[in-house]
Amino acid sequence: MTRRLRAILLELWLPVLGIALWWVLSDDSTSPFFPPLRRIVEAFRDNWLFARIDTDLVPSLTRFVEGFLIATVVGVLLGLALGLWPLARRALAPSIDFLRSIPAPALISVMILLIGFGDGMKVAAIALASTFPILLNTIDGVRGVEPQQLDMARVYKLGYWHRITRIVLPAASPQIFAGMRVALAVALLVMAFSEMFAGTNGLGFFIVFAQETYRIPDMWAGIVMLGIVGYAVNLCFLAFERRILRWHRGWRATAQER
Amino acid sequence: MTDLSTQATTVESHSRTIRWLRHGAPAAAGRGLSALTPVLATVAIVAGLQLLVATGAIDERVFPRPTSIGSELWDHVQQGSFWESVLRTLEGWALGLGLAIVVAVPLGIAIGSSSSAYRSVRFVVDFVRPIPSIALLPLFILLFGIGMSLKTYIVALGCFFPLFFQTMYGVQSVDPITLETARAYRLGPVMRFVFVSLPGATPMIATGLRISASIALLLAVGTEMVVGVPGIGYDIYRAQYAGERPAAFALIAASGVLGILMAIGFNRLERVTLRWHPSQRRESGE
Repeated sequence: MTRRLRAILLELWLPVLGIALWWVLSDDSTSPFFPPLRRIVEAFRDNWLFARIDTDLVPSLTRFVEGFLIATVVGVLLGLALGLWPLARRALAPSIDFLRSIPAPALISVMILLIGFGDGMKVAAIALASTFPILLNTIDGVRGVEPQQLDMARVYKLGYWHRITRIVLPAASPQIFAGMRVALAVALLVMAFSEMFAGTNGLGFFIVFAQETYRIPDMWAGIVMLGIVGYAVNLCFLAFERRILRWHRGWRATAQER
Repeated sequence: MTDLSTQATTVESHSRTIRWLRHGAPAAAGRGLSALTPVLATVAIVAGLQLLVATGAIDERVFPRPTSIGSELWDHVQQGSFWESVLRTLEGWALGLGLAIVVAVPLGIAIGSSSSAYRSVRFVVDFVRPIPSIALLPLFILLFGIGMSLKTYIVALGCFFPLFFQTMYGVQSVDPITLETARAYRLGPVMRFVFVSLPGATPMIATGLRISASIALLLAVGTEMVVGVPGIGYDIYRAQYAGERPAAFALIAASGVLGILMAIGFNRLERVTLRWHPSQRRESGE
């Protein structure tokens, strides 16, 4: 128990010290860009508890979740198809490589040109940019399925559908989740970016608008909020992943023991 | 277990032989054709798009004909101002990435080498990692003004974290047996670092470099778009707002080509470091 306590202390001393130092050193700060932490906390309370939750946080998160879900469905389905079908994979490789090499902000421009401004554009940009990590990882995962397992399934006369749902998808799932974790960061970035670039509400818009109107504590509060959102989203995803892949970790552990 | 798998591979190779015997060995002509598959498919996709736009299935005012995007790109390539923009983008990319490397790699090595230092920063690192670095763009605008240094610092900030983690994890994942062996042979800390830790961490650092390079391009283009710093991102923004669709799509395609070239370059770099890595491992295994 004391060992665990020491481990926790070892992880926490630096952030606690950092925040304490920030609080003390900034307390009589007159710099316009680095206001006292006290004022940032006040601005945070004024904006995010809970005045702007409805007007800025919820729209941001909605777009983020929608885009990420679309990316997951498209990425996994397309990845399955391309992973199982080498001809299609080779045929589409140059197009996919080209599209995924376009920097994500330029993809926002593409969506503005195709769809116009508005929510749909942002969701589409988030979805498009975060599809690629999921797609590529799914393809790799599907290709990495043990051929013996597939042969075995064929011997046992498992149908195509069952072969996919019982063997290919479970075997590829760790890789798919790895891709989703990368996609999560991409989706968050494109969410913030699209709101900064062409937004009327949302976290990104709030931060940029606060800066443009020189409400610096508000701007800091927005940055802190975006940090909290990023951390929380990541934590939720890791918990979800651990739940879904629980069987897999166990299986892997025994496989390694042998 | 291993017996089974060798049996399976034998069976597999047998069945391949049988298939060859029945249907003949794969013809050389067939192989040549399959090498052309990606090219043919890509040409077909572009031609299909052209057809869809030409027949009006896709509104030309929304998505221009691929041929007009192509000719627009050709026009741009012949202009000095296009290359000027590309250079400006690459300048921010290179300066930012260079700054990040200089700071992140030594720091990652220092913190990765000590387990208590690593555990002390772990929470901070986990908290900061998912925050998009673009969140700090407004603050950086206030601090550095609008210009080249803004782009450089944003790129450096965005590249810092992936490089730092990869270096830190790379140093941590160095084979402990190799390290113990080096210690047993009385290699000093400096020698251990130069001959064991650093080479062991190189593949991870190379991966970090590849990730950072694409993040750097993304942030350079993004900063140019949002803030209006000269570069290819700014050109995209101007073309988009002026409603010059063929030009906008041509510039976006150019940014994609830039991304592809970068990916190819860094993949090659990584392959060089990885090629050397397993050979190192085989030596220690002998």
